[in-house]
Amino acid sequence: MPHLDIRNLSANYGRAPVLSGISLTVERGEVVSIVGPSGSGKSTLLRVLVGLTLPASGEVILDGDAVNYANKASLRQARDRMAIVFQQYNLFQNMDVLRNVTIAPVEIRRRPRSEVEATAVQILKRMGLGDKLKAYPDQLSGGQQQRVAIARALALKPEILLLDEVTSALDPELVNEVLDAIRALAAEGITLLIVSHEMNFVREVSSRMVFMDKGQVVEIGPPHDIIERPQTNRAREFFGKILRQRN
Amino acid sequence: MNYTFQFGVVFARLPELWQGALLSLEIGVLSFWGGALLGLLLAAFKVYGSGVVRWLANSFIVFFTNTPAVIQIYFLYYGLPEIGVLWSNVTCVIVGLTLNTGAYLAEIMRAGFISVHRTELEAAETLGFARWQQIRHVILPHIAKVIYPALANYFVVLMLGTSMASIFGVNELTGQAYNIASDNYRHIEMFTVVAGIYILLTFIASLSLAFFGRWAFRVRARIF
Amino acid sequence: MDRVIEQLPRFLSPLNLWFLAEAMGMTLALTFFGCGLGFLLAFIVVYMRLSPGWWGLPWRVLAILFVETFRRIPFLVITYLVLFFIAAFVKGASLVLVALTAISIYSTAYASEIIRGGFESVPRQQIEAATAMNFSRWQTLIKVIVPQSWPVILPPAVVFMVAFVKDTSLVSQIGVFELTFRGKELNNQGFSGLLVFGTVALLYFVMSYPLSRFGAWLEHRLAAPRHQKPERELR
Repeated sequence: MPHLDIRNLSANYGRAPVLSGISLTVERGEVVSIVGPSGSGKSTLLRVLVGLTLPASGEVILDGDAVNYANKASLRQARDRMAIVFQQYNLFQNMDVLRNVTIAPVEIRRRPRSEVEATAVQILKRMGLGDKLKAYPDQLSGGQQQRVAIARALALKPEILLLDEVTSALDPELVNEVLDAIRALAAEGITLLIVSHEMNFVREVSSRMVFMDKGQVVEIGPPHDIIERPQTNRAREFFGKILRQRN
Repeated sequence: MNYTFQFGVVFARLPELWQGALLSLEIGVLSFWGGALLGLLLAAFKVYGSGVVRWLANSFIVFFTNTPAVIQIYFLYYGLPEIGVLWSNVTCVIVGLTLNTGAYLAEIMRAGFISVHRTELEAAETLGFARWQQIRHVILPHIAKVIYPALANYFVVLMLGTSMASIFGVNELTGQAYNIASDNYRHIEMFTVVAGIYILLTFIASLSLAFFGRWAFRVRARIF
Repeated sequence: MDRVIEQLPRFLSPLNLWFLAEAMGMTLALTFFGCGLGFLLAFIVVYMRLSPGWWGLPWRVLAILFVETFRRIPFLVITYLVLFFIAAFVKGASLVLVALTAISIYSTAYASEIIRGGFESVPRQQIEAATAMNFSRWQTLIKVIVPQSWPVILPPAVVFMVAFVKDTSLVSQIGVFELTFRGKELNNQGFSGLLVFGTVALLYFVMSYPLSRFGAWLEHRLAAPRHQKPERELR
């Protein structure tokens, strides 16, 4: 049974369709990357999964359980199992790093503070932020903030981690530290859904790549297959531009 | 609860309320324009004046923005007759509100003045414009657009402020309501209707000012 | 002018000075408690205003109606309305209570716009992050939004309250013993209008000026590091 099974998912923004009939399966421990031009609906897909945008039709099945986004209890469950990290402004500016990471498990999941803090410190150390526990977000660089955001998501022990263009707002020299952190996560076996522009990175780290355009899934397959031998015109155009940019 | 509402009595006296509303509008408009001119002058003094002039303008503004408008009018109304100046109650109100408005608008105008970039002025100067010509052809059109929203906003505030004229016996909207209510004892209904009229008037004013602003200055202001 | 000088010693009698001081106290108390209550109620109004979804619609409409209505009625008229309403249904209601009610209603309407502005200044992604982590609306509000809105809310709120010190002068019309009322009394007793109202103006100045400087200092000190939407609202 796939870990995440998305069937014919559609969503609208007002009257305009943003997602049209998206179908996708993700196996446990898989790293799937989602790429495509702006406006293709990649971020919207992640937002729908975590309930920030209501789907118009279609199904999302998590480990065999269908998610009903209109039902509060079902939504809570889904959010317990999937965690998302945004492009920027993730962190709560009024709390230090440790509190940012521990607040959800302690206050929302109601787990004992000492246990949560111990886990949090561990995760932050793995991210290389062991010495920044008492720092406030505005004292950290963009790359550090994003790593804290990832740590915060991990502290919730999600089954699936959704990363929405987490390096796109960073200065180039800060991107690598975040990519390293994600690389380490991928190696640990957590199911990852990554939306990104970093072609080299996703090609290296993901086992499957999804190319989206105008709200639809256009191609799915192993990254190097899609990038080097795109089957459709839209994919050809997109990757052609990317390759040209690199040269 | 032994009060029965009788709105019919109020609606019968609507024409008088309408007269009152017109007077409110008159007072508001006169005080606003008077205040705008005064404010412009004060702002000019503050930005371009020498030390003494600046200090005088500033003192005026500080004094009139830290004392209630009502007291300012009381001062004129009860104080002036003592030195032989006899103004009608309406005049006292208009003069008082003009002075008060002038002080508040001066700050708005000043913000507009200093929003003009040095370079615009310097360009005008090198083209041979004298100080006053600079003001007229370069600064004024520019600031008109910058300060319009704040001015339009203040006009609505002022319109609501004209209600204090009733304290001095002026028969503007609030004053009329009070008079008529003393007649028919329908205070609640009277003032509810008057409140409704004020809401209507401010809506119309905000809307027209917003549309005018978009048309004349291409200022995109919120209607609400 | 000679009349003023002649009356001065009688005017500045200890009794009068005491009455004036007492009246100033009433002015400040009305402002502080009235605006304070208004501010608290405004939080409720804003919470209503931000109710999400279809179920929230009636609350949103109610909140908007309240705010838009009471911001478009002169404070004097609100005061009269409150007086007549209360007088019709409650026998022997205290005038101070009436004044406080009117002040609360007025400041609730204005404060809710200030508070709403503060809440909306918190970047949307933080709120989305909280929602995605299963924070309830209340939890997001208390733990994320409110702590970060203070610097944006406090200065305009203080400025509003300080400005209100002057607006309290209007409640003299319903007979509350604040500063303007005392002034009218003294004038009725025969003291020169120039003297009385000049002094009263001075006393208001003494209350208002230092507080308004404090408000300006607050604005400066808490100058929002994050960029704010410019105030271009036409009311």
